Amino acid sequence: MGYLLWAACFHFDDFFRGHDLLIMVAIKTVEIKNKLGMHARPAAKLVGLSSEYKSNIIFERDGLEVDGKSLLSILTMACPYGSMMTIKAEGSDACEAVEALGKLIEDKFGED
Amino acid sequence: MNVDDVKRTMAIKGIGVSPGIVIGKAYLFDRFDAQVPLYHLNNKTLVQREVTRFRAAVKETEIQLQELKDKLHDLGDKEPLYIIDVHILILKDRRFTDATVEHIREKAVNAEWALRITIDSYREIFDKMEDDYLRGRISDIQFVGQGILRNLAGKKRETKTDIGEGIILVAKELSPADTAQTKIDKFLGFATDFGGKTSHTAIVAQSLGIPAVVGLEKITREVTTNDDIIVDGSSGMVIINPDPEILRRYEVKRRHYQELKAISLSSARMPAITKDDFRVDIGGNIEFVEEIPSALEHGAENIGLYRTEFIYINRDKLPTEEEHFSSYRSIVGVPGLAWTTIRTFDLGGEKFFSDPKLGREMNPQMGLRAIRFCLKEIELFKVQLRAIARAAAYGKTRLLFPMISSVEEIRQAKKIFQEVREDLISEGSSLGSDIEIGVMIEVPAAAIIADKLAKEVDFFSIGTNDLIQYALAIDRVNERVTYLYEPLHPAVLRLVSQVVKVGHDAGIRVAMCGEMAGEPAYTLILLGLELDELSMTPSAIPRVKKIIRNSTLEESRELLKKVMTFSLSADIRKYVGKYMRGRFPEEFLING
Repeated sequence: MGYLLWAACFHFDDFFRGHDLLIMVAIKTVEIKNKLGMHARPAAKLVGLSSEYKSNIIFERDGLEVDGKSLLSILTMACPYGSMMTIKAEGSDACEAVEALGKLIEDKFGED
Repeated sequence: MNVDDVKRTMAIKGIGVSPGIVIGKAYLFDRFDAQVPLYHLNNKTLVQREVTRFRAAVKETEIQLQELKDKLHDLGDKEPLYIIDVHILILKDRRFTDATVEHIREKAVNAEWALRITIDSYREIFDKMEDDYLRGRISDIQFVGQGILRNLAGKKRETKTDIGEGIILVAKELSPADTAQTKIDKFLGFATDFGGKTSHTAIVAQSLGIPAVVGLEKITREVTTNDDIIVDGSSGMVIINPDPEILRRYEVKRRHYQELKAISLSSARMPAITKDDFRVDIGGNIEFVEEIPSALEHGAENIGLYRTEFIYINRDKLPTEEEHFSSYRSIVGVPGLAWTTIRTFDLGGEKFFSDPKLGREMNPQMGLRAIRFCLKEIELFKVQLRAIARAAAYGKTRLLFPMISSVEEIRQAKKIFQEVREDLISEGSSLGSDIEIGVMIEVPAAAIIADKLAKEVDFFSIGTNDLIQYALAIDRVNERVTYLYEPLHPAVLRLVSQVVKVGHDAGIRVAMCGEMAGEPAYTLILLGLELDELSMTPSAIPRVKKIIRNSTLEESRELLKKVMTFSLSADIRKYVGKYMRGRFPEEFLING
C-alpha cells in the first residue's frame, strides 16, 4: 500500500504536540475501492473529515492537485473505481489527518 | 366552442425513471422565472456591499437547507438527506464562494452576475467529465446557486400549500429540497426538462412510487399550468392536452397498470396456451417505439397494433417519407416480436390541416376520416405506404387499413399500395416481400360482409371500440348515452362470432385489437369465440395470459354457448361475472 512518510511523524508529533511550531507533512497514496468511485456522497464524507483537521489538505490524482476541504474540487478530480489518489497534509495534525482520511477511503467510505 | 380554443395534442419523449401512468392537470413549478438582474458596480463602496450581500445570502441559504434537512429527517426520509449535505458543503466550499467574491471584486459585477460566472465555469468543467453521474452533479451546483439567487432577491421561500388533487408537477428539474418544500405526496407525477436516471427527481420519484419522466428538454416551455397532461413513466412519454380518444385510451392503460401491480411478471413471457392446447397469439398495442421494452417485458409476442397517428399529431408540418420510415424501421424486426402490424392513418383531416371547415364536422366519428380521408388524399397516403413498404424489408410487417366499410375501399387501398410497391421496385428500393394486408373490422357493414372482405385480405383485426359504438349507435363523447356501451351486448357477440367464423372459413386469421381484448373478465368469452390473436395495451397482457393458461377451450365454448342463449346484456354480464369470479377468485374478487 503506497505508504510514505516525509517526516518521522511519530516521534516529532509526540514531542511537539500542541505546538504549531513545526510544520509536518504527511503523504499517503490510496486506491479508490468503492464501486461508484468518488461520487457526491463519499466526497461529502471526505470533506467533512478533512475539515476537522487544522492541516492544509491536498488530494492529488494524475498530477492534478485539489483542495481537500473543497467538495467541488474533489468532484472535479473525477476519481473512478480503481484509481489511485494521493493525500497530502501539511500542518501540526498532518499525520492524523492522512491516517484518518486514508482509512475512510480504504474502508470504501462505509459504503458498498 | 371556437376551434382555436382546442389545445393541440402533443407528445414529448423523455426518460421514464419511475414507472406507472398518471393523468392529471399540469402545475408548472417555475421557481426561477424572475429575471435575475445583472449590472456593473460603478464605485468601490458598492463592491464591499455586494460581497457582504453575497455572503449573507450564502449563509441564509445554508440555514434554510439545514432546516429542510431537519424537516426531512422528521419525515423519516433518509435517502435525500445526504444530497442536502452535499448542497450545504457546496455552500461551505471556499473555492466556490471565494471565486464568486473574486469575480465581484475583479470584474466589478453584482453578486448575481458573479455567481453566474462561477457556476458557468463549473459547468464547463463538469460537462467534460466522462462519467454520467459526475457530469450530472452540475445540477447540484445549479440548485445551490438558485437558492443563493433567491435569497439575493430577498424573496421569501415558496411554499406550496394549496396543491389540489390530481396535479402533475412540471418543472425544469426538481431537487429534494423542492419536493420537500412542496407537499410532495399530493402530486400524481413529475415531468421535468432535465435530469437522467440518477437525478434527484428520479430517486425521489422511485422512493415515493410516483411516476416520473425526466429529460424532456422542453416540457416547461410547452406546458402551461392547468393543461391536461399524461405522464407515462414506463415508456418515458408525456402527452399534453390529449384529445378525448387518447385520454380514454390512457385511462384504460392506467387501470390495467394498477391492477397489474399485484401480479408478477415472471410468467408473462410464457405463451398463452389453454390446458387443452389451444394457443392464442398475444400482441401489444402501442403508439410509441418507447413502449416496446415494456411490451416485451409484459409478454407481448408481436405488435398487434401500431397506431401511427402521433407521427402526424406531434408536429407543425406534414411528416416526410423519411420521418415515417424512421418510425416504422424502429418498430419492425424487433427481436422477440414475431411481427408488427402497422395501421395506416386513422384520424380526420383536421388533425393536420388548419382548414377550420375540416374541423367542424357535426359527427366526426362518422365523417371524413381514416381510410376515407386517405383515399381522397392519395398523395399523402402514398407517403405513408411507401415508408411502410420500405420498413417491411427489415422484418415481418402487416399492413392494416382502418374503417373499411366496403369491398370497393379495400380494393382501392390495395391498388394504391400495389402502385407504391411498383414505384419502389422501379426505383430500386428494397422493400418487404411478404407484407400481409388486413382490414380493421370496426364498421358494422364490414362485419356483415366479412365473407366478401375475407377474399381480399390476409387477416382481420376486430376493432371493438368503434365496432361497439357504431353497432349500438352510441356517441362515446356523449355522457348521456355511455351507459349503453356494452361489449357483452348480444349483438356485439354475434357480430364478432360471425366475423371469426367467416374468417376461418376463408382460411384467414382473425385478431381482436380493441379494449375488449385486454379485459380479463371477457377472456373466456373471447377464447370461446376462437379468436386467433388478441392484442392489447401491454400492461393488460399478464393477466389475460394467466387466465388463458388456466382455462380450457372446451369450457370457454360452453360458456359462450350458454350466454348466447340469453336475450339481455345484463344477464350475460351477470353470468360471465359470476363464472369468472368462481373460476378465478384471486383475479376477480377485489374488483367485485
